[in-house]
Amino acid sequence: MKKLLSLALALAMTMSLAACGGGSSSSASQSGAASSAGASSSGTSTATGAAFKLGGTGPLTGGASIYGIAAQRGAQIAVEEINALGGDIQFELRYEDDVHDAEKAVNAYNALKEWGMQISLGSVTSTPGISTSALNYADSIFALTPSASAPDVIEGKDNVYQMCFSDPNQGLASAQYISEQNLAEKVFIIWKNDDVYSTGIKDKFVAEAETLGLNVVGDATFTTDTQTDFTVQLTQAKQAGADLLFLPMYYDAASLILSQADAMGYDPKIFGVDGMDGILTVEGFDISLAEGVMLLTPFNADAEDEATKAFVTKYQEKYNEVPNQFAADAYDCVYALKLALETAGCTPDMSAADLNTKLKEVFPTINFTGLTGDGAGITWDATGAVSKSPKGMIIENGAYVGMD
Amino acid sequence: MDLLTLLDYLIRGLSLGSIYAIIALGYTMVYGIAKMLNFAHGDVIMVGGYICFFTMSGLSSTFAEGSMAAAVVPALAGVVLSMVVCTVLGVVIEGLAYKPLRQAPSLAVLITAIGVSYFLQNAALLLWSSSPKYFSPIVGSGQLKVGPLTISHVTLVTIVACVIIMLALTSFTGRTKMGKAMRAVSEDKGAAQLMGINVNRTISMTFAIGSALAAIAGVLLCSAYPTLTPTTGSMPGIKAFTAAVFGGIGSIPGALLGGLLLGVIEIFAGAYISTQLSTAVVFGVLIIVLLVKPAGLLGKTVREKV
Repeated sequence: MKKLLSLALALAMTMSLAACGGGSSSSASQSGAASSAGASSSGTSTATGAAFKLGGTGPLTGGASIYGIAAQRGAQIAVEEINALGGDIQFELRYEDDVHDAEKAVNAYNALKEWGMQISLGSVTSTPGISTSALNYADSIFALTPSASAPDVIEGKDNVYQMCFSDPNQGLASAQYISEQNLAEKVFIIWKNDDVYSTGIKDKFVAEAETLGLNVVGDATFTTDTQTDFTVQLTQAKQAGADLLFLPMYYDAASLILSQADAMGYDPKIFGVDGMDGILTVEGFDISLAEGVMLLTPFNADAEDEATKAFVTKYQEKYNEVPNQFAADAYDCVYALKLALETAGCTPDMSAADLNTKLKEVFPTINFTGLTGDGAGITWDATGAVSKSPKGMIIENGAYVGMD
Repeated sequence: MDLLTLLDYLIRGLSLGSIYAIIALGYTMVYGIAKMLNFAHGDVIMVGGYICFFTMSGLSSTFAEGSMAAAVVPALAGVVLSMVVCTVLGVVIEGLAYKPLRQAPSLAVLITAIGVSYFLQNAALLLWSSSPKYFSPIVGSGQLKVGPLTISHVTLVTIVACVIIMLALTSFTGRTKMGKAMRAVSEDKGAAQLMGINVNRTISMTFAIGSALAAIAGVLLCSAYPTLTPTTGSMPGIKAFTAAVFGGIGSIPGALLGGLLLGVIEIFAGAYISTQLSTAVVFGVLIIVLLVKPAGLLGKTVREKV
């Protein structure tokens, strides 16, 4: 019996570990699986000559499926719009489910390669993205990922590009924004230390805060296991006298922090990152708690410009919900690829490897205007990192309002 | 750190610990009687949370804002309905997945329980999607002020509920006929059967009670920590299992003690040592306790005859 019990305890530990890897975040770290399964035969694409075959992987089922489904839908709308125009550039889109899992992502990628994918939309989330981007590089299939934001996704791969900000850039931009706007005297950070996304942002934020002279009075952590009670962290922040909480995390944890801070009668300013986007859509959440929350995000569904309005209306008609930044990033990806393909003069009968060479050349030179980023346009450097300015948003009366 | 903060943390710890304790009671009862670890227990908690959430949001609009009925009826209906659904679910799971394996090695039952756990999680994903739901507490978000301390109503209700459940269970297993049958089955299944106790029915009854407890735990868990997702139950489930082992698995007071201690240690370790190390400290204490007392704090040491 004792043996069984110890076995069960060991199992319990393993399950709790598995729970960490699978769950909520789009950027839990998990490399290594990348090199094992890939690199079989490169260039197996069979071009039809009619349309560019565009493939991507993302979590279409499972705990992270809100991100994958949103990206797929965003890309789908862009493809339909472009195909309806009937120009030279036509797309055929296919998404495969990776369940936010590095190994399943490799299978999904291989399925897309069998299908004849010529250009890749990478993976939606970072953990699978680290695996598939290595395969993109090995197979010379150009990739532009909408939202896999970990630096490892693009590092050392000259044909993998990101549409989203990289994690460190968000930390940098947040620190600069808080400092420029003079938002806080004392900053306290609550971050998730089993998540590369949160850790990456926090590290850069702290480094930049130091150079800018921003006063970070302390930080506290949580993990997937301890993502229930935040009173300890909040009490520490309160005792440190922090007037601004920086929360580099996803909105599920952030919503708990907001309600527990409210229950404690602690009302600091809250500053979030793009993972905070979505907090207003949580069913049953008292959105008055999110009042005054500030966040940097590349996309604002309430923006007044024509392109955003058209996209949001179309998305709502088709899927009956407001698109988030993942949808907008994926939508932009398809249009950015269209622009690059036009600029490079590519045709759908070219092989994946030829397209790869052309796109690699042209991508660092284009200036793309899309839903994400501002009027100055979106550009890339040759490492694959994006350069666009984040929009500072504040939640007022239950809606995002631009801060500038 | 002053005394007031210490007390505040203690209350937090007791509140978290009470929830662990209620879940651990379910684990411990099933283990004590059926000699199996029901890993699906945590996911029954999640189902309980969802049933209560949908009942409350469905009913909340039918009553006038601010009236007495609006505050009481949806919450009560939510709790009762989730208890009923979870009890039925628990009995069905037991009948379909565990009963056919009564004679199988316990490892087979353990693996089946893990299978059921994943089945429930994925079924919930399919039915209710992965986007989190925000649970509004069943007793409102009011607070009680005791001198300089503020204690939320949810915390009070949780602690009180935990004590009541523990007392009720103790007297149930000690006094009633069914309770005595349970204890007999837990002592010796074969002998109990020979004495005319219906072992299968007793085990089903245990599952029914355990699952009803899971429903209450789910409602309280979501009231205190309001984000509800299909994986909400899994981590507290594992922690509560740890608490049950800590207190001595199979022992009802042990589950309570283990749960409360686990909650308090977790909060204190986070507050006074480091938030990064709190889980490590909790499990470190568990290892030390098990080294000194292998049967857990209140567990009985049963010598195995060779």
